[in-house]
Amino acid sequence: MEAASIPTAVTAPPSTWRRQLLGFNVVLAVLLAVGGYALFHVIGAAIGKKALFMTETDQDDIATFFGLIGATLGWLLGLGFFNYPVSRILGRPASLREGEEYGAWRYFRLCTDHKVVAIQYFVAVIFFFFIAGLNAMFIRGELASDNSTFIQSGNYLTLVSLHGTMMLMMMSAGVLGPLGNYLVPLMIGSRRMAFPRVESLTLWLTVLAGFVLLGAIFLGGFPTGWTGYAPLSDQARAGMDCYIVSFSLIGIALVLVGLNIITTVMTLRAPGMTWNRLPIFVWGLVTTSILAVLAAPVLAAALYMAALDRTVTSSFFVPSAGGSPFLWDNLFWFFGHPEVYILALPGFGIVLEILPVFARKPLWGYRVAVAGMFGVALLSFMVWQHHLFVSGMNANLRPFYMFTTELISIPTGIIFLIGIGTLWRARMRFSVPMLFSLSFFFNFLIGGLTGVYLSDVPSNTTSHGSYFVMAHFHYTIMGGLVFALMGGIYYWLPKMTGFKLNETLGKIHFWTMFVFFNLTFFPLFAAGLLGMPRRVTSYDPSLHNLNVFVSVAAFCLGASMLVLLVNLVWSLWLRREPAESNPWQSKSLEWQLPTPVPAYNFERIPVINSAPYGYGVPDAPPVADFGPPLVRPGPVAAPEGGAA
Amino acid sequence: MVLAVLIAAVVFYVADFLTAAPAAVSAVTQNGTAHLTLQTMASYGHAPDPDWVTYMAQDQNGNWQHTTIYKLPAHTLVTVTLYQFDSATGLRNPFLAQVRGTQGGFAVINGKPVTVLNPDLASHTFSVPDLGVSVPLPGVPSNAKNTCTAGPCSLSMAHTTIQFGFMTPGPGTYRWQCFVPCAVGFYFGNGGPMQTIGWMSGELEVT
Amino acid sequence: MIWAVATAIVVPLVIWVVGPHIPPDHASVQSSDQHTINVVLTSLATPVLLFIWVYFGYAIAVFRRAGEEIVDGPPLEGNARVQLIWLAVTSVLVLGLATYGTVDLLNTNGAGDGSGQGPSPLVKPPSGQKVLQVQVIGQQWLWTFRYPSYGGVETPYLAIPANEYVAFHVTSLDVDHSFWAYELGVKADAIPGNDNVAYVKALKVMSFQIRCAELCGLWHGHMNTIGHVLTQAGFAAWIAKQQLDYRGVTPYLPPYSNVYYPPPSRRA
Repeated sequence: MEAASIPTAVTAPPSTWRRQLLGFNVVLAVLLAVGGYALFHVIGAAIGKKALFMTETDQDDIATFFGLIGATLGWLLGLGFFNYPVSRILGRPASLREGEEYGAWRYFRLCTDHKVVAIQYFVAVIFFFFIAGLNAMFIRGELASDNSTFIQSGNYLTLVSLHGTMMLMMMSAGVLGPLGNYLVPLMIGSRRMAFPRVESLTLWLTVLAGFVLLGAIFLGGFPTGWTGYAPLSDQARAGMDCYIVSFSLIGIALVLVGLNIITTVMTLRAPGMTWNRLPIFVWGLVTTSILAVLAAPVLAAALYMAALDRTVTSSFFVPSAGGSPFLWDNLFWFFGHPEVYILALPGFGIVLEILPVFARKPLWGYRVAVAGMFGVALLSFMVWQHHLFVSGMNANLRPFYMFTTELISIPTGIIFLIGIGTLWRARMRFSVPMLFSLSFFFNFLIGGLTGVYLSDVPSNTTSHGSYFVMAHFHYTIMGGLVFALMGGIYYWLPKMTGFKLNETLGKIHFWTMFVFFNLTFFPLFAAGLLGMPRRVTSYDPSLHNLNVFVSVAAFCLGASMLVLLVNLVWSLWLRREPAESNPWQSKSLEWQLPTPVPAYNFERIPVINSAPYGYGVPDAPPVADFGPPLVRPGPVAAPEGGAA
Repeated sequence: MVLAVLIAAVVFYVADFLTAAPAAVSAVTQNGTAHLTLQTMASYGHAPDPDWVTYMAQDQNGNWQHTTIYKLPAHTLVTVTLYQFDSATGLRNPFLAQVRGTQGGFAVINGKPVTVLNPDLASHTFSVPDLGVSVPLPGVPSNAKNTCTAGPCSLSMAHTTIQFGFMTPGPGTYRWQCFVPCAVGFYFGNGGPMQTIGWMSGELEVT
Repeated sequence: MIWAVATAIVVPLVIWVVGPHIPPDHASVQSSDQHTINVVLTSLATPVLLFIWVYFGYAIAVFRRAGEEIVDGPPLEGNARVQLIWLAVTSVLVLGLATYGTVDLLNTNGAGDGSGQGPSPLVKPPSGQKVLQVQVIGQQWLWTFRYPSYGGVETPYLAIPANEYVAFHVTSLDVDHSFWAYELGVKADAIPGNDNVAYVKALKVMSFQIRCAELCGLWHGHMNTIGHVLTQAGFAAWIAKQQLDYRGVTPYLPPYSNVYYPPPSRRA
């Protein structure tokens, strides 16, 4: 009896690169995006031309919004996202396996292979991460002097806003995108994500959002910081429209990614992969996805109101006409607080996933860890007003939010407990991923403890709006998520790309990044407590030396990130040393596959025997059975899309 | 190849930012006093933002430059002559209708010394908050003929003349701005040119 | 064990040596209050920090692999007792902090912690006390101050008398600002259309920095000025001088109100 046909890639003859160039890919997307922008801009200008304020301000917000919407449509059209719906509407059978042929062009178009999408995400996230990091270097350069010098105040605000917004947008997808898309199917024993085309859509929306945000420079920048507070946002120049559109695109992408991950984990788990055996990384992503799905729509609503205020002069946020700036504050932070947990939870997932492998011990307290993650996710919806303690919110509510915010440190502490327990009597190896995971605990501890300061209302009065807050969230987001992401990159990139990353460069990267990160951000707690507000170019001269020190450390930190780039280029492009299939001796499912992972992931869907943390048990059975007996003997229909 | 394109994009982005700053104009020094000649107009009339309200300054050669960064000597009396070609908008906070921080505590407006202007008549202000200097600038009457629509404006068009003096402190950079919400079309009149250096706000570089 | 010793040494150090230097200083009842809570938080945070550091340091030093070979550690999957103890300890810490914070926040004698409490403040000075009302007006990009009990005079300078309760009514004329009187420990957002009340009682004659703590546009970082705490007599003289200096413009000011909606507000 023939084994069930293995779904292979479409074996059409490989197209020439010229034909690929003319197909639906990113080049066409760029052209159509520009064209769409122009066309819709003209339409928008025609619609808005009766508004007097458009001519007086020399900016046409209606045309800009229409233009950006047109750019989005053109972009998606050019990538081929409308092909499947259109051909279905026209009654033609359409392939569900578009873009899966081999070849480098897969990476520049809509590809439904989740591994390809993950690599595309990786490149996009790294690209925008470095751009935002470059912004940070300029910011620190300007802050080395206590008055505005080489960057003027207006441009400085745009730099700050771009740095913040780009980092937050990209890091929200920073783990969900590259690592989530790659690993979730592999870790649960599936051949694909639940919605492959949507997966590709989220990637290309994220890339577009990044470029739209950068486009703000050409429209005058925007002065509000990533928080986009109204009514300053109503007053801003056309660059604000780019912020609104790009953040909305990311909001849409977040919802879609979340839905995709939740559905995949719920429905596509291999037989034997019970909820108890799910890797903790997947649990981290599931909780993140729940947050993303529930919180991002609120952001989209708030952004839409801001867009209306700027175009048709509605008054959502203008008090003299009946609106209130508090509306924006609350809507934004209702999203904003779960957003920072969308950033933190994948970090927890990565670290708790890596720790057992390098400590050679099972994850200690698996169920408690999952409970902790859910606790964080649930509580994160109940704390958002702590960003507004001194804003004149109802004073009766402040004790409640102080309480819930303090409470959230309990589930977060559980993560630390699990880490502690996993390390107890371990046999640690200090490879680069382990170094990053250990440093995560160091950094997040400082970040978390300073969060307790901010959760306490009287202490919040000292530090709100100052560099103390800045240092706190950089410690939690950068010291937490980005360090964990780096650990995840060093850990999983050999599997994803098939090439080894240089260990020495990795260690250099780790140590320089760790040392300079702490040297940069720890003094900023002091700067904040000594009276330096956020987002300023001029500060008290007594803080000058402190800022110069921090700026120098920040430049060194930027240089350490370049080491990562050097490592990537060296290992993946120049040296190209093939990686073994399981260099870390992990028992997790994805490491039992060959490297590079075949297009169809699993030759046969495995049956899972145990959780992936079975260390320390001699003669333990393998984590999965890759050649299980067939469930139902007999002819099996060939899957759609054709087989060999 | 793709990498090269991306890197080029980044470099362009960098260059765009760092080069965005208007050039400075120096005050003309004579007998130990520095003199600055400025004008304000309702609309600039040229790219990039022809409808934006703006200041212009006269440089040492008598040409009008579109900049709001002025170089002044330290510890010197600076006399300012300002030709105001815009109509009145009114002050958001009438407090700023008081002349503050000038020599003698008054400004000479159309030849007469004034200490407090009617707030509804204010078209712009020249204020340096760090030095406590603030001078309201009255607008051209609304029924005036021959108003200026594009800079630089000539003295034959309807205008008001304001003269005042103030002492510069030690070296440093001090910001100055207009406090009348004159950026028409923006919320609270405070967007656009009011928030852009080179138009309604700028810096005094005291050396 | 190491941890217990380290804690016993460091915590007193923190409280008595580092503590007094933790901002803000004792310039007002409010900043004193914040100072105390900052010291308390730091003293509680230090043992936690030390615990994690000592444990991780010990683990990294001791629990490492012996040789080149990759050997597994013992298959410990969890210990319910340890987890429960941890949960109990963290819960007690957290709930204790929350309670302490709430009690501290609601203490009425000091009239609150210096933060803006909105138009209906919860914690006020004890009734019967004289409270000086000062309105803080934030606008792009300048702070002005109005004294309703002195004829509604508006001045760009802030002075308050020492040892007297002062109520700051913080509002804005355009976008969000935040009034931060650093040494006084007062921080209240200036939201247009909102009257944000913060109380302070300054304890000594001094000058204090005023900064804007909410991004408000181009000159957000330059919206700085210096305020002064004066003696009762000094304040009386000062306010009289302000009334004299600004008598020309006071008739033009709008009547004193908690919020202002000056034109232009909408777009043309």
